[in-house]
Amino acid sequence: MHGNDEKELARLLRTAIAGDERAYGEFLRCAACLVRGFARRNVVQGGIDPEDVVQETLLAIHMKRHTWREDGPVMPWLHAIARHKLIDAFRRRGRRVEIEIGEIAETFAEPEPETVSNREIGRALDALTPGQRSVVAAVSVDGNSIVETAERLGMSETAVRVALHRGLVAIARRFGRD
Amino acid sequence: MDTNELIETLAADTRQPTAPLSFVWWGAAGLAIALAAVIFFATLGPRPDVAAAAETPRFLLKFVVTTTLGASAFGLARGLSRPGEDWRAAAPYLAGAAALLAIAAFVELLLLPHGAWSAKLVGMNSMVCLAYIPLIGIGPLAIFLLALRHGAPTRPALAGAAAGLLAGSIAATFYAAHCTDDSPLFVATWYTIAIAGLAVLGAAGASRFARW
Repeated sequence: MHGNDEKELARLLRTAIAGDERAYGEFLRCAACLVRGFARRNVVQGGIDPEDVVQETLLAIHMKRHTWREDGPVMPWLHAIARHKLIDAFRRRGRRVEIEIGEIAETFAEPEPETVSNREIGRALDALTPGQRSVVAAVSVDGNSIVETAERLGMSETAVRVALHRGLVAIARRFGRD
Repeated sequence: MDTNELIETLAADTRQPTAPLSFVWWGAAGLAIALAAVIFFATLGPRPDVAAAAETPRFLLKFVVTTTLGASAFGLARGLSRPGEDWRAAAPYLAGAAALLAIAAFVELLLLPHGAWSAKLVGMNSMVCLAYIPLIGIGPLAIFLLALRHGAPTRPALAGAAAGLLAGSIAATFYAAHCTDDSPLFVATWYTIAIAGLAVLGAAGASRFARW
């Protein structure tokens, strides 16, 4: 499926908001493709990884999905969030350039980018409480389901859901309000 | 965490309910009006001759102006709290209350003799107005800032200013029932200053508090 199908995106998001995980995953993958294109076109200077902007936008979409009007179009909403996060990324990098230099060097040293620690969002895991971190890591990095995570950590499903949600809120807060 | 892992993680978090934004705004408005009413009746209360005053056009006009402002500010604040929403379409309605008040002030100048202008403008209650509109409006403003924080304003300062106008219009509607200065000249001066103060406060508050 191609992401620029407005109607299909709206259908996926509507189903997702009703609680359908699979539709939500599909929606987020389409959104990621769209935002990736947008970020790559707009990030021309160094110091910002377009993929970080993609991830921060996905997190913002998730936290603010209730701000979409179900009878309204998806694309302008998605675009406004991506734009907001891109501007935010520029602003944040502008403020702490000296830290950023170290991080660029680190990325150069490790051309294989997809490990837990070298994405902005991965780094934000460090700010979580130990309980939240183990749940978020079990679901994200190890790819466990909620049920598997609950079994592995000896927690109830509800507790896993709550810890996951709070962990994501904490990560989003780190990006939104620094 | 790579992007696919992030997507799977977010998808696993679908079951946490979030309140729809329009519901939150209407709830916030109801709560803000109730809070303003409590503060108003606990501190000032309506003027003793409110029944007689309700038959004079100048008294009634105050409510027309403040509720017109409130309705347009509500639309604007709601629009500004959603990414990608066309809030510019809601902005011109703000001019409605301003135009009403400007016309009323102009007519008042025509009706009054020259010498009475400044007495009507200064009135008796200017300090009470400047103190109590912000006092009644500060709680509602806090509620609307929470609603903005629940939303996703891409222009937080502007959204906060709209929230301040909204809180100010609610406060001014209650205050108008107390105040005996009914001249549009008084309203155009002191109400405007008091409401503008709340708008500035809202802008400053939202740019810190409603970031995301």
